[in-house]
Amino acid sequence: MAENILEVKDLVKHYPLTQGVLFKKQVGAVKAVDGISFELKKGETLGIVGESGCGKSTLAKVLMNLERATSGQVLFKGEDISQLSGAALKSVRRNIQMVFQDPYTSLNPRMTVGDIIGEPFEIHPEVAPKGDRRKAVQDLLDVVGLNPEYINRYPHQFSGGQRQRIGIARGLALKPEIIICDEPVSALDVSVQAQVINLLEQLQSEFELSYMFIAHDLSIVRHISDRVGVMYLGKMVEIGSDEEIYDNATHPYTQALLSAVPVPDPAARESRDRIILSGDIPSPANPPSGCRFRTRCWKAEDRCAEEIPLLAVPTVLKGAAAHDSACHFPEVRVQAAA
Amino acid sequence: MTTVIENNQKNDRLEVGTPLLEVKDLHVEFHTRDGIAKAVNGVNYSVAAGETLAVLGESGSGKSVTAQTIMGILDMPPGKVTQGQILFRGQDMLTMGNEERRKIRGQKIAMIFQDALSALNPVLSVGYQLGEMFRVHQGASKKEAKEKAIELMDRVRIPAARQRVNDYPHQFSGGMRQRIMIAMALSLQPDLIIADEPTTALDVTVQAQVMDLLAELQAEYNMGLILITHDLGVVADVADKIAVMYAGRIVETAPVHELYANPAHPYTKGLLRSIPRLDQKGQELYAIKGLPPNLLKVPAGCAFNPRCDVATDLCRTEIPALHHVTDKDGKELTGRRSACHLWKETLHG
Repeated sequence: MAENILEVKDLVKHYPLTQGVLFKKQVGAVKAVDGISFELKKGETLGIVGESGCGKSTLAKVLMNLERATSGQVLFKGEDISQLSGAALKSVRRNIQMVFQDPYTSLNPRMTVGDIIGEPFEIHPEVAPKGDRRKAVQDLLDVVGLNPEYINRYPHQFSGGQRQRIGIARGLALKPEIIICDEPVSALDVSVQAQVINLLEQLQSEFELSYMFIAHDLSIVRHISDRVGVMYLGKMVEIGSDEEIYDNATHPYTQALLSAVPVPDPAARESRDRIILSGDIPSPANPPSGCRFRTRCWKAEDRCAEEIPLLAVPTVLKGAAAHDSACHFPEVRVQAAA
Repeated sequence: MTTVIENNQKNDRLEVGTPLLEVKDLHVEFHTRDGIAKAVNGVNYSVAAGETLAVLGESGSGKSVTAQTIMGILDMPPGKVTQGQILFRGQDMLTMGNEERRKIRGQKIAMIFQDALSALNPVLSVGYQLGEMFRVHQGASKKEAKEKAIELMDRVRIPAARQRVNDYPHQFSGGMRQRIMIAMALSLQPDLIIADEPTTALDVTVQAQVMDLLAELQAEYNMGLILITHDLGVVADVADKIAVMYAGRIVETAPVHELYANPAHPYTKGLLRSIPRLDQKGQELYAIKGLPPNLLKVPAGCAFNPRCDVATDLCRTEIPALHHVTDKDGKELTGRRSACHLWKETLHG
């Protein structure tokens, strides 16, 4: 677990806002990802949580090089892949694959399952020679728990959970080292979610995969992740092991997020000490100065508007509370006695 | 028209506990090209003033079709109510005429939809859409309606309501749009609100705001609330009692605390077990095997039997009745029912 397979350094993705038809003039930028650094270790699962609009999906796209980073580096095994193109990009992409959120729109309805899962082999023929492809696809179907005889069926003949398995098989086809899962279970029924989570965990140990697991369901993220990063408005506000984040969160946003999650236990209803945040997430085109969370934070002071808090281990805290947190006033929240 | 307004202004809130709605043995089917899909197969539930009933179920379980039938907004055809009664304060809504039904819909029973962006008309301002309730149902003038709309927007805590009343739905965030939906449902102070997955499209922090608001308004007006959801967390937070649906049937009903502590149906038990828990980290999650059934060919006997860990031959042949549930000493547990042949074994281990 020591080796860093992916290292992200100060990654920025801005989308320009332009004005004018003929002479486009840049009038601003949507700061979707604004200076994010983290690393992913081999065989590890890094969970990324945050509300919609916080930039977690943009982050995934930039890591996949589907969107080009504005600045910053993405190091895959020490090599910067963020500015690669052509053949070099193609060969490195083999190692990073993606599983998408919606199994209904991410599979082409006119292609058979065999064609969908086999398409990566067309692009990277070195992985499976032409004659072996059918066999390779059937093996993949078997690995994800689908009947290999389904190879000639179309996506509409499958349920949501089965479709997500097809999406996972496609992600596995090129034997990647990293799989980025963008909300892989949020479109599935509750009783099927657990099946897909189990499959992902089983595949991880079988193929030594590293996962980046993007989701908004905090209990699932906790179950599957070794480390968790919390994003807010294009910034990583806190990152640490699951215990550090879930039991010893020091950033107010993480605390609010955790307290807002409904707990499936009616006995906890009265004893819970919830933080209800006021207002909505500000626009990423015009984020607040200083700390981006200050407009909704109950701890905010003048300093928060002037100085951007850096993601670092706070020196004043000890033990599990001492992990990366981007707050001027980090402290573990004291829960009211249950 | 004036009488309607007077009726509405008269504060005739119902006492907490007054029975409001009772669904009795409701059957709804859809005629499709591939055959008849039995979406609702004998659903029974009731809700009283001030009470929150959570209807829990996966997609295709019939929870939304039941709600649409109650509201009278089910597309017919292809939908068809083949059997059953929906009693609203004692009157069967399925047999009453359109005009009578229209007086109940919106005024007495209102609905909040899941996706506020598609439920609101994109080319009309939110103020116009909110005011429409007063213009149509109470004959209010345009000006009066707008004032009422502003009042409502204030009520659901939309900042700067007066400035924003002429804005269009796309100018609001998801949480704000859902507040507008709530405001619209509340506008005529209905007795009963049906909320179909009201927070599914929202982020957790916004979900907490919206559920809080809904609970507060419900308490203030003593409204009955039917909350349709698949989220076991939200249910635990707000429900008084729960009806669990599977393949068009109610499989279990229970007060919220008892259901979570001691489920009496293997499906409920499976759902609760598949929630990731802290002490199970690193272990395999419990998963209910198989898939929800196709409504065109629901398995014989108990619809859940192919996915059930404890199914016997009886389960494969005979549809279980919704049994009254008793504790170990044979004393009946109030409000608890289970549609499982083996409810005793499931409940008492």
